[in-house]
Amino acid sequence: MKIPLKYTIRNFRTRRLTTAITVIGIALVVFVFTAVLMLAAGVRKTLVATGSTENIIVARKAAQGEISSIILNDTYNIILSLPQVAKGSDQRPIASGDVVVIINLPKIGVDGGISNVTVRGVSPAAFTLRPQVKIVEGRMFNWGAREVVVGSSIAKRFEGVQIGGTVKFGGDAWTVVGRTEAGGTAFDSEIWGDVSQLQDAFSRRGAFSTITFRMTNPDWVDAIKKAFEEDNRLQQFEPKTEQAYFEEQSEFMAIFISVLGIFITVFFSVGAIIGAMITMYAAVANRTVEIGTLRALGFRRRSVLAAFMTESMLISLIGATIGLFIASWLQLLTVSTLNFGSFSELEFSFTLTFDIILSAFIFSTLMGITGGFLPAVRAARLNIVNALRSA
Amino acid sequence: MKSIQASFDIPVLNNISLSVSEGDFLGLMGPSGSGKTTLLNLIAGIDRPSNGKVVVGGTDIGALSETALAKWRATHIGFIFQFYNLIPVLTAYENVELPLLLTSLSKAERKKHVEFALQVVGLADRMYHYPKQLSGGQEQRVAIARAVATDPTLLVADEPTGDLDKQSAEEILTLLERLNKEFKKTIVMVTHDPRAAEKAHTVRHLDKGELK
Amino acid sequence: MRILKLMFKNTLRHKLRTSLTILGIAIAVMAFGFLRTVVTAWYAGVEASAANRLITRNAVSFIFPLPLAYRDKIARIPGVETVSYMNWFQGVYIDKNQFFARMAADAETALEVYPEFIVPPDQLEAFKRERNACIVGADLAKQYNFKIGDVIPIEGDIYPGRWEFVVRAIYQPRDGKVDGTQMWFHWTYLDERMKQEMPGRAGEVGWYIIRIHNPADAARISEQVDELFKNSRAETKTETEAAFQQGFIAGTNLIIVLLNFMSFVIIGIIMLVLGNTMIMSARERTKEYAVLKTIGFSGGHLTKLIAGESLIISIFGGGLGLALTYPIVGMFSLFVPKSWFPIFYIEPSTIVLAGTAALLVGFIAALFPIQRAVRTSIVDGLRFIG
Repeated sequence: MKIPLKYTIRNFRTRRLTTAITVIGIALVVFVFTAVLMLAAGVRKTLVATGSTENIIVARKAAQGEISSIILNDTYNIILSLPQVAKGSDQRPIASGDVVVIINLPKIGVDGGISNVTVRGVSPAAFTLRPQVKIVEGRMFNWGAREVVVGSSIAKRFEGVQIGGTVKFGGDAWTVVGRTEAGGTAFDSEIWGDVSQLQDAFSRRGAFSTITFRMTNPDWVDAIKKAFEEDNRLQQFEPKTEQAYFEEQSEFMAIFISVLGIFITVFFSVGAIIGAMITMYAAVANRTVEIGTLRALGFRRRSVLAAFMTESMLISLIGATIGLFIASWLQLLTVSTLNFGSFSELEFSFTLTFDIILSAFIFSTLMGITGGFLPAVRAARLNIVNALRSA
Repeated sequence: MKSIQASFDIPVLNNISLSVSEGDFLGLMGPSGSGKTTLLNLIAGIDRPSNGKVVVGGTDIGALSETALAKWRATHIGFIFQFYNLIPVLTAYENVELPLLLTSLSKAERKKHVEFALQVVGLADRMYHYPKQLSGGQEQRVAIARAVATDPTLLVADEPTGDLDKQSAEEILTLLERLNKEFKKTIVMVTHDPRAAEKAHTVRHLDKGELK
Repeated sequence: MRILKLMFKNTLRHKLRTSLTILGIAIAVMAFGFLRTVVTAWYAGVEASAANRLITRNAVSFIFPLPLAYRDKIARIPGVETVSYMNWFQGVYIDKNQFFARMAADAETALEVYPEFIVPPDQLEAFKRERNACIVGADLAKQYNFKIGDVIPIEGDIYPGRWEFVVRAIYQPRDGKVDGTQMWFHWTYLDERMKQEMPGRAGEVGWYIIRIHNPADAARISEQVDELFKNSRAETKTETEAAFQQGFIAGTNLIIVLLNFMSFVIIGIIMLVLGNTMIMSARERTKEYAVLKTIGFSGGHLTKLIAGESLIISIFGGGLGLALTYPIVGMFSLFVPKSWFPIFYIEPSTIVLAGTAALLVGFIAALFPIQRAVRTSIVDGLRFIG
């Protein structure tokens, strides 16, 4: 026969403080666990959302990122002549040769320091390729002018890049004429200008960093990859869907955060498990007579084991719920950091996914089981006569 | 000289006046709930009257601060409990030594006191036993040794034989009697055992908060 | 003293509980020590910086080069001893996951400005003689089993093409604070190939390293350097090596915040575990404390007794945790490639911090049970049934 749950819950009330402390411990661990995974998920989500599956981005094979990739003009022309490159109504390829560089800008704030910001020179088709990028304030830069538009999160965090301001780089002052919004993608953390102006300013005439084009059909990824492998002029370059390319940029950061976080939370959880164990052992010790009575009434060892396991798991589930609840508020927080993938500032938010919630509950249940098992076994093993006598 | 003068009016004890002379062995009797223990606690300075006065050996203990009161208890009172209340992790010797730690005695002097006290209660051969290894009567004798170790003027005992078999109870009572006669200790003992009360010089009855 | 003995005896009353608590604290202290060590590793570049080195780079950002012509102009500034220069080469060795610093350096001066990279004189000579020779750190040599005479093939990205370098020297880092995972080759070799393949990029220097005579002149010399090239096409930004390294870390502030936050959480967890144990113990001993008070022990005595017990547990737990930190950090270094965290060692300050945290927790965890024990009246305490 099962020992009613009510018994377990009533017991929490009598040992309020100790139970509360244990719950808080588990909540803390679950909070850290969840927060770390949310951070990693946030980086990934932002970068996955940045790239489209309909676009192909081409970079030099050996390049670690857009900034260290170089594609010269003749290669650019070969790529644009591929049959898989979609054409616009004007019969010109929907493609943008981008120049990507990093500049230092001072952060807003007393001791903000400086950080790296991506400046992307684009061709006119870029706005067709990436329709999520919209001018929300001011105007578009003029082609052929030393003007730039600035992503919202850059405008928010850095000095001198608000509309009307000027940024100095490439031996010139560039006027900020507009602010863009790109729906929480990495493009929100970039400054855009005319590619030919940037090539000129950085003495990179005839050289791009990457080339992005729209496919006539999104199923042609493999055909494009094959075309690159077969053409020995293109063998040094690698085409990828834009989404895959940006997702890869999140890899290092996401893995780094997750591995470090999980390594640490495992240690933390050992602490919490030990806390739960102490509490459960004390609960068993304090209720020795009760356990003897229950057994004398006819409850089986198994029921006693189950009752104490339930108690321990309940503690950890309550802890998990509290930890998750607090962590879910982090979603309102936007943070920015240097992304190792692009070596420049990236803004993103903590993202709570179903998988994270599930992992947190599994994790906390495991903590409850580990912490409760030994004490529950001790309770179940108590000899009825001795237990009753121990008053 | 009067050892104790107590008069107060608090919820359990109605307007009670009690005086005990030095060297007296007072038995306080009464049914449970009559306020005996409360009265005893007031005398021993572990409880305070909400109004009224307790003067022991000339000191108005109600007027003392917490710390001063603790110090006062350490030097003037030896408390004997019904359930002995020895510290389980300490040996008989260490239990008796406890109150002496609060004095300025050296280690060697403490040793002399402890050994003497244990000798008086007849447990010199059980010095290094833990409470678990002693019988109830022996535990109570250790507790008495602890109470007299600092040579206090007043011994306060709360049902000292309440948890003991007849023979052990007899031994404890004889011991208390001897402490009173031989060592001139003033003793106030709460009991509801008529045999225990017989050993006292004076017996007072407490009923429904009234002293008779 | 007997009170101390009583404290010890009290800790042994529930051997299982006390051992679990000590273990819990030990693990938490170890996690704390590990976290601080990661933070230390993060700041290793700043720590290793020399006060007499300045770094001059392009003011726009480190990815833009400076002309080689700046070298002689900088060298003429009073107080400057040696001017050296480097380029970030990067490239891919085996695959993109094999990360270590690969740089083109001026063979003549590089080791003069970095005396903490110790190279045997004969190897240094051999390195200087051969145009495509390279020098690798001892830790890197160990990781990839590089030996003198080995050829390291690298696929260039910033400098496209296939490159091959011959190991001619292996440097020993002077101490644990020096990165032993770098690879340097001749800057002139890079420049020669650029002249042939991409003439527009010949004569480009990534950054200058300036050794100055007196660290006190750092600010003045930095200003003078930047003044020299003001309003040119490549303006410079000169700062001390420490500030330069700090700039690299500044962007990853979030990680530091995260690590610091976690160190606080772990202290919180220790506090909860120890606090829980102390509250339970004190609760079970409510009656004993009342007896002690009856005997004449004051609130102060009880405070000492409880705090002492808590401290004993935290000292044992903390000590065990600190002892465990070393093997754990050692294990981490075994599993994680040396080039990820070139500098990974336990700083004395980490030990002091972790020890202090454990002690502090010992005190704080005792506060609540002390308050309870002192406040509970003797009469209530004697009546208490656990």
